[in-house]
Amino acid sequence: MSPSVRLQEMIRVIRSARTQGEERGLIQKECAAIRAQFRQSDNGARTHNLAKLLYVHMLGYPAHFGQMECVRLIASPRYSEKRIGYLGAMMLLDEKQDASLLITNSIKNDLSHSSQHVQSLALCTLACMGSAEMCRDLAPEIERLLGASDSYIKKKAILCAVHIVRKIPELGELYTPLACSLLSEKNHGVLHSAVVLITELCERNPDTLRQFRKTVPELVHIMKGLIMSGYSPEHNVAGISDPFLQVRILRLLRILGRCNDAASDAMNDLLAQVATNTDSSKTAGSAVLYETVLTVMDIRSESGLRVLAVNILGRFLLNNDRNIRYISMTSLQKIVQTDHTAVQRHRGTIVDCLKDQDASVKRRALELSLALVSATNIRTMMKELLVFLSTCPPELRAHTASGIFIAAERYAPSQRWHIDTILHVLITAGGDVRDETVPNLIKLITTASELHCYTVLKLYRALITDISQQSLVQVACWCIGEYGDLLLKGECDDIEPMQLTEDDVLDALETVLQSHMSSPASRAFALTATMKLSTRITNNVDRIRSIVSIYGSCIDVELQQRAVEYNALFKKYDHMRAAVLERMPVIDKSSPGDTLGDLTGEVTKDSSLSKPVPGGSTLPLEPASQAFDLLDLLGQTDTVPEASHAESAAAPDPAGPSTGRDLLDLLGGLETTVVPSVTVYEKGGVSLKLQCDSQTETAVTLTFTACNSTQNDITKFTLQAAVPKSIQLQMKAPSGSVLPAGGHSAITQTVVLSNPSKTNLKMRVRLSYSNQGMVCQDTVQIDSFPSPAWT
Amino acid sequence: MIKFLLMINKQGQTRLSKYYDHVDVGKRAALEANVVKCCLFRKKEECSFVEYKDYKLVYRQYAALFIVVGITDDENELSIYELVHNFIEVLDKYFNRVTQIMFNLDKVHIMLDEMILNGCIVETNKNRILAPLLALDKMAES
Repeated sequence: MSPSVRLQEMIRVIRSARTQGEERGLIQKECAAIRAQFRQSDNGARTHNLAKLLYVHMLGYPAHFGQMECVRLIASPRYSEKRIGYLGAMMLLDEKQDASLLITNSIKNDLSHSSQHVQSLALCTLACMGSAEMCRDLAPEIERLLGASDSYIKKKAILCAVHIVRKIPELGELYTPLACSLLSEKNHGVLHSAVVLITELCERNPDTLRQFRKTVPELVHIMKGLIMSGYSPEHNVAGISDPFLQVRILRLLRILGRCNDAASDAMNDLLAQVATNTDSSKTAGSAVLYETVLTVMDIRSESGLRVLAVNILGRFLLNNDRNIRYISMTSLQKIVQTDHTAVQRHRGTIVDCLKDQDASVKRRALELSLALVSATNIRTMMKELLVFLSTCPPELRAHTASGIFIAAERYAPSQRWHIDTILHVLITAGGDVRDETVPNLIKLITTASELHCYTVLKLYRALITDISQQSLVQVACWCIGEYGDLLLKGECDDIEPMQLTEDDVLDALETVLQSHMSSPASRAFALTATMKLSTRITNNVDRIRSIVSIYGSCIDVELQQRAVEYNALFKKYDHMRAAVLERMPVIDKSSPGDTLGDLTGEVTKDSSLSKPVPGGSTLPLEPASQAFDLLDLLGQTDTVPEASHAESAAAPDPAGPSTGRDLLDLLGGLETTVVPSVTVYEKGGVSLKLQCDSQTETAVTLTFTACNSTQNDITKFTLQAAVPKSIQLQMKAPSGSVLPAGGHSAITQTVVLSNPSKTNLKMRVRLSYSNQGMVCQDTVQIDSFPSPAWT
Repeated sequence: MIKFLLMINKQGQTRLSKYYDHVDVGKRAALEANVVKCCLFRKKEECSFVEYKDYKLVYRQYAALFIVVGITDDENELSIYELVHNFIEVLDKYFNRVTQIMFNLDKVHIMLDEMILNGCIVETNKNRILAPLLALDKMAES
């Protein structure tokens, strides 16, 4: 009696359940009935019950109570019960369950059963869920089966051996001698499994790999037989004879031929033959060709063969079937680094694929196009990429934009082209570009001094059309502020002139300031730009003054601070306004760290602008007084060419000298400054100094230096540190743990503190060391640090 | 190697599942739901290979049924595509109507075990795959 009858009924009932709750109720009832019947050890219905349980398990409901039943059924002599028992074992049991150990003995007995079908059941289960112990126990059985039996059992036994080798790699040696002889079998199933076994053995052990290289001629012979043979009804799939076996053999040849010239030579002819003779009109043929191409690319093949392979991929690219196009692009991606020129030939087709409907194909085409960009084809490629950017799916936008930027930076034929390209990207996809695009673009613009007029006109036009793209708005505001006078002059060679009045320009900036679409950073840019214009324009200074004073009471702290400072500039320091707001010098392109690196010779205002929460906000909330302190320092000098604006937040030393030149030196030297170190602990001849190496907004790097001025060496010197909860501490390895006497050398240890929430920095340090056999420990609290850290 | 094989209907319900790489029972439902979401919402013009997490999915649609196979990176996707078709042809040869498949899931499991073992293809010849099943049927009748 087949177990499916009652199963069918149950399936029908469950499928007719209309809601999830109804289904759950039905299943719970069934499970209860099944559990009751299991307890009764009723013979006839056991198989049905287990079958039903397996169906329930597949739907996702718990079925662990069936495990013992599986074990019982496996031990039964009847085939139908064994069948269901083994199926249950494969689905319900795995290595972690205890019940799996119980079936080891049953499997052992079944492996030597007289009936083939029973043996195959046991093999199947062992291969599926055999644990390491089971495998070890049964490995000799499998070896016997490999040698003796007929092909039906042999192929399954071989795959079982593969599983055993995966679980216990040492047992691979047991099967190696047999594997070679298996290649002379005629049955394709056995051959297939044998190739899998050899592949597995070769991948695990390089010695075995060398051994199996001898089999290359045999494999070549088998392949030739497969290709040359006429129509064989047994293995034919769409005109190719056993493509699955062909693919497997090709993969094994790839592993054997990698990095080995002799083996690769032996394969060359065969690969050429396969590549030319296989009919690729159906998928089966294409699968074989694909595997061939991968093999050719991986082994040490001769160049003619490689060209042939790339041509095959090119042919695939033109194929109508989408799958095949995708495959070819994946392979081209792998080889574009090594065979660049060969792939370049197919550039046109690849670029066409950018317009394909399929998202996966588009993604592959994008990666390939970016890899193929070079100095010669940059203009055409960029045109295509920009068109793609405007139509591409949103998840690819950020990647495309960054790829375009990298390509433009590397191969830009002229600065104007570069600026145009970046502007185009900002207009199309400004929301998806990364944050450092804005300062990078600004750097680029300042270096291209002859294009200032052109750039600012273009930016102004873009700004008045659309103020939603924040990066674009920020760059445009900055440029209008800097080059407002050029904008108002209105004439420029390369672009049609616009007649603008000062009011127009101020209107544009005010729109940005007032629009709800602008981010706080953009509004900060706009306010500063408005301020800068006060020195560039002549008539509407009052309007600027009124705008600035309005924002003095803005809710946004950043804007408020700036507005108040600018107001101060108007009122008390009007004589300095021109100097402070002069045109900025060219930004040094090579400095990586923008915030500190830009200090030499330029207004730190720019660096603070490029971060949304600029360093300016670290100043206390009475900005005016701090500003006045610093301005006082400048007050005695005449026009300093590189003015330092009130907001130079990174100038920590307030007690600086009063001449502007010295102040500049101080600012200029800050990058490589040696900040004075503070002695935090001094006792018993051991001193600990602290100095601040570098400071950014949210992280500080400190160095502790320990010195010993006693007569004895101090050993086992260690430092431990504790910080408040909101700060993260990372201590690097100390330079040593022994402090020699007399203070000749010191131990240094670097500590990195990360303080994202900018709380007050406090640290407790415990020193412990051993001096003349005595262990000393001391704790010191550090509340103030050499440079003001977020107080 | 093949990680799993799923048969899913158009509403997203799993009709058959076979895992060759162990996945916890609790996580299976989530995995199947995700996979289904990936495959069901692809349009007709899109290709049959999807990159999912760190492996690939090959799917094929036959009327109301989707067959999805999860494979690792080292498998040839086109050959798995052919394998799926082979599997369907075997099912077609044995069962006369699709609904019969649903009510004879244990037989489908037997067929699948004959074709794929431990994540590797073991037999692709239709007659040889169906031989033990037909023998079993004969034993059941007598």
